[in-house]
Amino acid sequence: MWIHEHQAKAWFGRFGIPVPRGFVAHSVDEALSATLALGGESFVVKAQVHAGGRGKAGGVRVVHGRKALTEAVTALLAHRLVTAQTGPTGARIDCVLIEEPCVARQELYLACILDRRLGTLRVMVSSSGGVDIERQTPEILGAAFAPDVGLDQFECRKLAYQLTLPARAQARMAEVMGQLQRLAVSQDLMLAEINPLVLTADDDLVAVDAKIQIDDNALYRHPDLEALRDPGQEDAREARARAAGLSFVALDGDIGCMVNGAGLAMATMDLIRLHGGAPANFLDVGGSATSERVAQAFDLITSGEAVRAVLVNIFGGIVRCDLIAEGILGAVRQGNIALPVVVRLEGTRADEGRQILKRSGLKIIAVSTLEEAAHRAVAEARSGR
Amino acid sequence: MGILVNRETRVICQGFTGRQGTFHSEQALAYGTRLVGGVTPGKGGQHHLGLPVFDTVVHAVRETGADATMIYVPAPYAADAILEAADAGVRVIVCITEGIPVLDMIRVKMRLRSSPSILIGPNCPGVITAGACKIGIMPGSIHKPGCVGIVSRSGTLTYEAVHQTTAVGLGQTTCVGIGGDPVHGIGFIDCLRLFADDLATEAVVLVGEIGGSEEEDAAAMAGDIGKPVIAYVAGATAPKGKRMGHAGAIISAGEGLAEDKFRAFEAAGAHVVRSPAMIGETVRRALRGMEPES
Repeated sequence: MWIHEHQAKAWFGRFGIPVPRGFVAHSVDEALSATLALGGESFVVKAQVHAGGRGKAGGVRVVHGRKALTEAVTALLAHRLVTAQTGPTGARIDCVLIEEPCVARQELYLACILDRRLGTLRVMVSSSGGVDIERQTPEILGAAFAPDVGLDQFECRKLAYQLTLPARAQARMAEVMGQLQRLAVSQDLMLAEINPLVLTADDDLVAVDAKIQIDDNALYRHPDLEALRDPGQEDAREARARAAGLSFVALDGDIGCMVNGAGLAMATMDLIRLHGGAPANFLDVGGSATSERVAQAFDLITSGEAVRAVLVNIFGGIVRCDLIAEGILGAVRQGNIALPVVVRLEGTRADEGRQILKRSGLKIIAVSTLEEAAHRAVAEARSGR
Repeated sequence: MGILVNRETRVICQGFTGRQGTFHSEQALAYGTRLVGGVTPGKGGQHHLGLPVFDTVVHAVRETGADATMIYVPAPYAADAILEAADAGVRVIVCITEGIPVLDMIRVKMRLRSSPSILIGPNCPGVITAGACKIGIMPGSIHKPGCVGIVSRSGTLTYEAVHQTTAVGLGQTTCVGIGGDPVHGIGFIDCLRLFADDLATEAVVLVGEIGGSEEEDAAAMAGDIGKPVIAYVAGATAPKGKRMGHAGAIISAGEGLAEDKFRAFEAAGAHVVRSPAMIGETVRRALRGMEPES
């Protein structure tokens, strides 16, 4: 689960990591009161969306005076911000963060991430941070650590002293590293990133941006964190799927997919592409696919306007194909689905399942191999265009 | 033959009396697995499915001589169940549970480093040696004793590979689901080594997916095991930054792309199969010494 920059910065504050003074605003009025509280004439207005690349997309604006601030806030609030990471529809801006500007002598990078190869957490730091870090590939130093023990103070110092920084900033860097990893461990974070971590004129460090991702699997032991969830940042259909316990990702093709198992679902999408078609979604209906879940899945898939055909690919293990077939019939009848539905059933009671589909009299195309399924779905989508 | 588990393997079930534990224990027994008992704290001394129930793993191991365990314990308690099995000296620990917090798995991995136990999973279908021992949730009926070893990060996609290798008449030795989580137990490299040494295994199917770099690491040794490796990677059409069902199936910061993994296998001389429908056929061709089609 991603959280907003302003939520992440509130956490940073609590863990002792310095952040610019700032206030969240949901309206121009709130933004103007923020300026009174901050004082001065220059402000930074930052769109709060769950996506990177905001600066380049015009989501971060430095303004002088209250008139310019009003204009910037009006231009952002209730609009959608399209960045390199959001996709073409962008992300809705429901609030902005109004901050005092922070003058950077140097922009650094600091993060605590999951190191998949080693199977542990890792602190990463670089003396060059900022908006282009992914393209620059600067020298990044790092140290892996065990979450139970934490990163030793000497490790923090060792990393900090390898950076070319003023002495006071080096000491601060070691402290901030310790604070960041304590935050990451205590809150089950998969990513805690500060980019840039700004070196100020008086050799202090300030977290000017903050990006945090919480481990979804660990949310059960942090019930308070659910309050940080912003469903407005999720794709509406993905949010609906999550509530129904289905794993769903919207894509831009025209063949809706319903598959059991994440790996097989991806493989089905890949095969559609190999046959010259384009999948409209990823959907894992799960290991315990009941007729109710099948109906919900159909509803989700066919709510996509671009969908021209549906491909159902079920490998029945524990799931019985005859029950899935009944579920499909129910969903097609109930939802009045006029789209061509190609169904491939394999595994436990697959023959019975295919018979049920054949006898139904509905326009369901039952096939037996993966190859045939993809081929037919692509052909049906083409003729439906 | 086969790897990790066989006809002699004595298996217990943790979470034995629960709904999942009960169902899959029945299925394991029906397949012929030597299930010798189970563990549910507080129910020690009872019998379930005609087998003894114990309060602790160490007690179960002492009484039954079990050397493998299958864990069907809910996610909040699963890491503890794995550590309990390792503490009791269980050789093969299979954890089916999905949704274990990553930090829990990091702690488990660190503790297992100083233990001889092998962890399979979590968030996996389990392990099966065809015709001999089924530990997990896979449908036993699709497997056929044969010569192909399978290792995979996925569940139903593994069944697909099993189905296809059965359909072309080759059958399987052992199929290992290493799981879809970013931090997990046994990996591709460990399994390739085990399959390399297994006399019954003539070819290995490796089913990877987007996310992480384990496929690239495994590709580096795929050419050296003395047997054909047939590699497929799911997720060539997956968008960046989106989690595709499995916790570990995500392309992030330019790492984890299917294309990079395919290229690594190609460079290593593995038989790369781009179509998930052609896995069985590609194994057949590889074993006949023919060039793969793709």
